[in-house]
Amino acid sequence: MNQFVPPEIDWAALSPVLIVLGLAVVGVLVEAFVPMRARRATQVVLAVVGVGAALVAVAWRWVVVQDEGPTAVVAGALREDAPALLAQAILLVCAFVGLLVIADRSSGEDAFAPAAAAIPGSAYEAEARKAGLAQTEVFPLTMFAVGGMLVFPAAADLLTLFIALEVLSLPLYLLAGLARRRRLLSQEASLKYFLLGAFSSAFFLMGIALLYGYSGSVRFDELATAVPATSGLDGMLLAGVLLVIVGLLFKVGAVPFHSWVPDVYQGAPTPITGFMAACTKIAAFAALLRFVYVVVPGLQWDLTVALWVIAILTMIVGTVLAVVQTDMKRMLAYSSVAHAGFLLLGVIALVPSGISSVLFYLLAYGLATVGAFGLLTLVRERDADGNVTGEALHLSQWAGLGRRHPVLAVCFTLFLISFAGIPLTGGFIGKFLVFGAAIEGGAWPLVVIAVLASAAAAFFYVRVIVLMFFTEPAGTDADPGTTVVRTEGLTAVAVVVCAIGTVLLGVLPGPILDLTASATKFML
Amino acid sequence: MSLVNYLVLSGILFSIGSIAVLTRRNAIIAFMGVELMLNAANLTLVTFGRLHGDLHGQVIAFFVMVVAAAEVVIGLAIIVSIFRTRGSASIDDANLLKS
Repeated sequence: MNQFVPPEIDWAALSPVLIVLGLAVVGVLVEAFVPMRARRATQVVLAVVGVGAALVAVAWRWVVVQDEGPTAVVAGALREDAPALLAQAILLVCAFVGLLVIADRSSGEDAFAPAAAAIPGSAYEAEARKAGLAQTEVFPLTMFAVGGMLVFPAAADLLTLFIALEVLSLPLYLLAGLARRRRLLSQEASLKYFLLGAFSSAFFLMGIALLYGYSGSVRFDELATAVPATSGLDGMLLAGVLLVIVGLLFKVGAVPFHSWVPDVYQGAPTPITGFMAACTKIAAFAALLRFVYVVVPGLQWDLTVALWVIAILTMIVGTVLAVVQTDMKRMLAYSSVAHAGFLLLGVIALVPSGISSVLFYLLAYGLATVGAFGLLTLVRERDADGNVTGEALHLSQWAGLGRRHPVLAVCFTLFLISFAGIPLTGGFIGKFLVFGAAIEGGAWPLVVIAVLASAAAAFFYVRVIVLMFFTEPAGTDADPGTTVVRTEGLTAVAVVVCAIGTVLLGVLPGPILDLTASATKFML
Repeated sequence: MSLVNYLVLSGILFSIGSIAVLTRRNAIIAFMGVELMLNAANLTLVTFGRLHGDLHGQVIAFFVMVVAAAEVVIGLAIIVSIFRTRGSASIDDANLLKS
């Protein structure tokens, strides 16, 4: 008889994931057992403390890994190496500021439906609002998503990657549908995100099945050794790798798998959009990097064309469609598609500096994204009675904002110029590094296109800046139409952290560059 | 019977599923197409497991079933909520978000 051998699990290495998922489960229990009045405060504290503690745990593991070298955890299902830990750290920083925006109650209400199950516009919904109900499940759902995202960059086999993909996606599908205002749009965004996400994960799974059929294993290292073997099944291998990459590219929102991005970013509650835009992209790019850098090198010649076409399309389509948008959130959504294209350059480069440059870019992009969407939550419309209603998202409503609210406008300008990649911001250094890595990898035609696309993209960022500072506001001084609401302070903290981070990354990138420079090699 | 037949069958099921997602207008039917695709992938995994003579394929199939169940829970919740709002589960009716 075979003896059952229990696997050796290094629990310390799993501590960041365990903290986040454990506190998410506690959050579910809080929903059941804590009285309603104390529930929200408990959830906010749990979530913020959990993400903070996970960040500390990642820092501790980073020191351990620097001393003792990378290890395989949980019988090889996860890798604890420098790029994985750095991606997790970046992710947790962005999740932390994202959570602050999610938890904020500007103008006395949070951004989520008081009772998500109520039919929009029904009497029950009005009662729920009057009673001050809050859908505090948002916090455990966010924590579950963060847990999945933490596993994503570390996953070293396709099954773990698939489970992590679903753990991070399923809560996001729900969160996208929970907006307090414009609920029809929000529900529609949720439906679209869910159907397309499930569709893409089915392709991802079929890719896993084909790769398993080709190599008899789902482990990245065994796949990598099986790739060079000529077995007459090259078609299956190529199809499998392509399908897995398509599944990951869907998550990062690369063209032609981007159709969900503008709709979901626009319809989802704005704090969730910020969180999702930053953190999903970080997790998915980290996983894509590992898959491409570990498995694909043997297939480089077969995949180059496909990846080049996708990168070029992503940069061009993202930029061109962002120019014609009149809705703030849609514009930022298409800008994030364009950023996915720039980031793909670092993935295609297939040189060690590609890994570190993409991670740096992700940090700069993530901070600017959370900050920009955090500011969007504060700029609101007023109805005829002077009540504050939904967010003022049309570009024209931002005219003249810089004169009335200079601090907000300056912060937003800072994030926009970081997106545009103008010097002295993190976005510039990030673009510089990624483009440098791509040239080193021999992809200079892509870099030419990327530089042109960045120049074109600067147009629509500068347009917003001009609109805020140099255009006469539409309304009168007595009734401006657009107003900026006071926050509880959490969004302010998040925006200030993001702004300081964006500037520091641009002015004093040294310390972070040293960190990313040590994350240039995936453990096989 | 050759194991290749199972692979062919799973290929057919996968195609039917993806065509259902792309062409059917009812969200529930489109969602059933996704489930069919997942099951086709399961069949492929189990068949390859038999071909390679190891258990990984079957174990992965179990994981996929659990994931598919979780996906059904979330998906139906979303579709039911949108049906109660609009009185229709048609994807074509959900067209407020446009560029």
